[in-house]
Amino acid sequence: MSDHDYTPSSKVGKWFNDRLPLLTLANHLTDYPTPKNLNYWWTFGGILTFCLITQIVTGLTLAMHYIAHADMAFESVEHIMRDVNYGWLIRYIHANGASMFFLAVYIHIFRSLFYGSYKSPREIIWIIGIIIYLLMMAAAFMGYVLPWGQMSFWGATVITNLFSAIPLVGEGIVTWLWGGYSVDNPTLTRFFTLHYLIPFLILGLVVLHIWALHVPGNNNPVGIDIKKPSKDTVPFHPYIVIKDGFALLMFMIVFAFFVFYSPNILGHADNYIEANPMVTPAHIVPEWYLLPFYAILRSVPDKLLGVVAMLSAILILAVLPWLDTSKIRSAVFRPLYKQFYWILVADVLILGYMGAMPAEGLYLLIARVATAYYFLHFLIILPVLGFKEKTIPVPLSITESVLGGTPNLAAARNKESLEKSE
Amino acid sequence: MSDKKPERRDFLFTASYAVGAVGAAAVVWPLIDQMNPDASVKALASTEVDVSSVKRGNTITVLWRGKPVFIRRRTEEEISEARSVKMEDLIHPEKDEDRAKNPEWLVMLGVCTHLGCVPLNDKGDYDGWFCPCHGSHYDTSGRIRKGPAPLNMEVPKYEFVNANTIKIG
Repeated sequence: MSDHDYTPSSKVGKWFNDRLPLLTLANHLTDYPTPKNLNYWWTFGGILTFCLITQIVTGLTLAMHYIAHADMAFESVEHIMRDVNYGWLIRYIHANGASMFFLAVYIHIFRSLFYGSYKSPREIIWIIGIIIYLLMMAAAFMGYVLPWGQMSFWGATVITNLFSAIPLVGEGIVTWLWGGYSVDNPTLTRFFTLHYLIPFLILGLVVLHIWALHVPGNNNPVGIDIKKPSKDTVPFHPYIVIKDGFALLMFMIVFAFFVFYSPNILGHADNYIEANPMVTPAHIVPEWYLLPFYAILRSVPDKLLGVVAMLSAILILAVLPWLDTSKIRSAVFRPLYKQFYWILVADVLILGYMGAMPAEGLYLLIARVATAYYFLHFLIILPVLGFKEKTIPVPLSITESVLGGTPNLAAARNKESLEKSE
Repeated sequence: MSDKKPERRDFLFTASYAVGAVGAAAVVWPLIDQMNPDASVKALASTEVDVSSVKRGNTITVLWRGKPVFIRRRTEEEISEARSVKMEDLIHPEKDEDRAKNPEWLVMLGVCTHLGCVPLNDKGDYDGWFCPCHGSHYDTSGRIRKGPAPLNMEVPKYEFVNANTIKIG
């Protein structure tokens, strides 16, 4: 990278940079060579950073008014909604912000799946991403508990009870998590503490995620390795900054629509009823972003195996770089994988829908088939496909693919055989 | 490494690591154990309930240790239904005689053994309870008959202090 040669132009800048090379870092970030063919699916990293900062800022301000106590939490949230200046706005941004965060992260993850961004040499970026995703789910779950409504209480009860499926020590772990014999005040206060902590852990991991990204550089829609910097790259600033900024504006329109026109559509009406340990709501449904995994949990008739299946569905993603045996990254050049990819997208959407429906009859049957297919995709189809699939020759450079000339087949094959022999 | 004889220094390293690990564990344990139920939570261990007003075929729900407890005064049909079930038909075999010492009174935690929801009274395929969360069916003895729950609803420790009062815990 050329940024080692960087010298600040001003004397003060040079003095400072010799002692703490922050300006070198800033220069690296602005000049960072980026593939010139990145499409809008690549803008969600920036959008996610925006989501994280939004959640932290609104969360900090909400914490100034929220009271983490079983007797007062529900009222303090209503106090925020009715009395605190702009409290309604801040809370609606925070609550819908969680959904927007997950919307963006799912697009980000599925972009990675389509273009093979998780493959060598980007496995560590991918695994850090999966850890961030797990932490996001933990933060979202605990945040949903804080208003201490019916869904908060019973969601907390059901999710913490998942640990009781562990043989021998399960019950002890659940009591330890609760700090009592049921979800109660001690549970609420520790969830608040962890909900406050996790976003900062995520922030730290985001730094590592980007750091790891800047070692090999971005993947790109063609999925080939490129020389950096070269005629296949553009500097991050201003090219990518402007593109990310425009996408962010579009995203914020969607965000604002939810906040201002339907702030409760993604929530559940039962959560405006204060927590009552004596009555379970007729339908317990998690937030939409957890529904596919909830469907997997319910589609297995055994308690322990259901929990194992649900956790495996998430953790299987961490070993994805080794399950996908194909050397070609981008689905553009993998005609079969491209079809399986869209089947997987449909499968996850079906699972999500089934998670919202009662677990009985036809719904349960479809959920079971979709669960089986989910694991089939990762454990059988992907490993086999890498050996069986006849891929389309990849272009040698981005420029070649952008200019649209017929790829030099002989050269491409030659390159493939070179790659194989490596 | 393997052909080198262990020296005094190796012994010192190993001993230091061992003492360090014990020290670290001793520091970490209070930080973990503070999350377990505290003294004030444990103090709420038992509760007394007046059941004189409960009619046959009715259930009252009381809170004990933050959890609902069902106290049902069963009808003759419910008792005979519960006692005529064959053990082979049960997922978690338990005799009704062992669950309800006094057949008229069934006392149990109103907590589904699947994931902790409160089942609904007089619902389900076995005339007992039905859990709305994930569809577990319980019979008139609170035993699991169908659905994902692995165990019967738990019978807590309880006793009749007198004819009208039950002490739970």
